Amino acid sequence: MDVRMTVNGQPRRVAVEARDSLADALRDGLGLTGTNLACEHGVCGSCTVSVDGEAVRSCLVLALQCEGSEVRTVEGLADGDRLSPLQEAFSAEHGLQCGFCTPGFLTLLQQALDDDPFLDRDEQKLTELLASNLCRCTGYVGIRRAVVRAARAGRGEPPAAD
Amino acid sequence: MKLPPISYRRAGSADEAVALLAESGDDAAVLAGGQSLLLELRYGDVRRGVLVDLAGAADLAGLAVADGELRLGALVRHAAVERLELDDPLARLLRRAAAYVAHPPIRARGTFAGSLAWAHPAAEWCALARALDARMTVRGPAGEREVAAEDWFRGPHRTQRAPDEVLTAVTLPLLGAGAGVGFAELRRTSGSFALAAAGCAVHVAAGRVTRARIGLANAAGVPVRAAEAEAALVGSDGSPDAVRAAADAAAAAADPASEPHCSAEYRRHALGVLTARALTEALGEAA
Ligand SMILES: Cc1cc2nc3c(=O)[nH]c(=O)nc-3n(C[C@H](O)[C@H](O)[C@H](O)COP(=O)(O)OP(=O)(O)OC[C@H]3O[C@@H](n4cnc5c(N)ncnc54)[C@H](O)[C@@H]3O)c2cc1C
Ligand code: FES
Ligand code: FES
Repeated sequence: MDVRMTVNGQPRRVAVEARDSLADALRDGLGLTGTNLACEHGVCGSCTVSVDGEAVRSCLVLALQCEGSEVRTVEGLADGDRLSPLQEAFSAEHGLQCGFCTPGFLTLLQQALDDDPFLDRDEQKLTELLASNLCRCTGYVGIRRAVVRAARAGRGEPPAAD
Repeated sequence: MKLPPISYRRAGSADEAVALLAESGDDAAVLAGGQSLLLELRYGDVRRGVLVDLAGAADLAGLAVADGELRLGALVRHAAVERLELDDPLARLLRRAAAYVAHPPIRARGTFAGSLAWAHPAAEWCALARALDARMTVRGPAGEREVAAEDWFRGPHRTQRAPDEVLTAVTLPLLGAGAGVGFAELRRTSGSFALAAAGCAVHVAAGRVTRARIGLANAAGVPVRAAEAEAALVGSDGSPDAVRAAADAAAAAADPASEPHCSAEYRRHALGVLTARALTEALGEAA
């Protein structure tokens, strides 16, 4: 059977089985392998994508549950070869090492920035948000600095001085 | 890892969900947020061939206050409870506890009622439902009935709901102005299930505790209402000594399980400490 979704702004029709997760449909059906699968338990967040303006675990959503939905994956962040401000900030602040967790963090944090351009002002809330996803390399410091940098850039402010 | 083969049915209303469940008998499961069911299916902990998705049932969507009660329809997600604004301390208690339910992307999809249906012994919502005398409304082929929280929980992942019934709503009485509320939890990492948790609501008048409601998560195979602790507190002045006596009573009432990271003895101790913390928070804000 088919599921129709808008993926990164493009209307798409994907052939799926009922048991396919959204992650399966994105990776196998559309070749969007930027969405990584690791735990498939909802724990790690490497599969995070936006569905209708909410960051969710694509391993814990069936593709068929997304009929008619707007989906944004990590592939939808850059404009061609031009990285998004959040991606630039990850690069500038060394928000990644191996990079496996990065698509999940980027989609999680881009959605959070879309919802609240001032999210860096509530440190506690930002900590809770960052704790949604697992990174086994960076220790989160670079990731936090990256999202703060992107938030500031979005408001036209210079990077925070140390 | 793929899920096992399933078929997926979309219900457009609660009645349609009931009809679809009846059609497929024991092989069917209700799909709400899917944040527990899909991983249980994937790992073979639960075997079902037919999922009946409630998402399109508009009659299950509401979150409303009427007659001094808050009614949460089956589709109300954790995230909506986390943002709940109400002119009653109940909203404060729910918001505080919501912050402990998984993490934001899980809260974006998981439902309040789904948590009550799933009945995990560590679930925050189940402990609060028990503390606050929630009522579960279930609808099946024979019609609708209400089940009080004290009768709802039968064991870990076991409730009064029959397999052919849909939990359509959970109703919580408002607490009333002046109530103080508290919630405290111990967990290994942020995003982990509670090792133990305590939630409470108290009323104070003329320097005396007039009412106390205390619920414990992971104190047994079902959420525990710490009635002895409530009795110890009511009539007292709410002093640290009174709180300690209540916390001891709560710990004594617990029948906690042992697991590698949390012996029964440790959990019992933690339940006492958490009860004291939650009560101290609640008494501090009770008018
Ligand atoms: C990483 C992770 C961490 C988590 N941490 C916590 C935590 O700390 N605390 C906590 O409480 N929960 C936690 N959860 C579970 C989460 O809260 C789930 O959302 C919740 O337990 C189930 O709600 P759901 O809507 O997703 O239900 P589903 O997964 O859709 O369903 C769960 C079960 O309940 C049944 N069911 C659901 N709704 C109904 C209904 N209306 N009528 C009849 N049957 C129904 C289903 O058939 C199924 O058996 C966590 C989950 C994950 C993946
Ligand atoms: S793969 Fe989905 S949360 Fe880990
Ligand atoms: S960069 Fe390696 S897991 Fe995050």
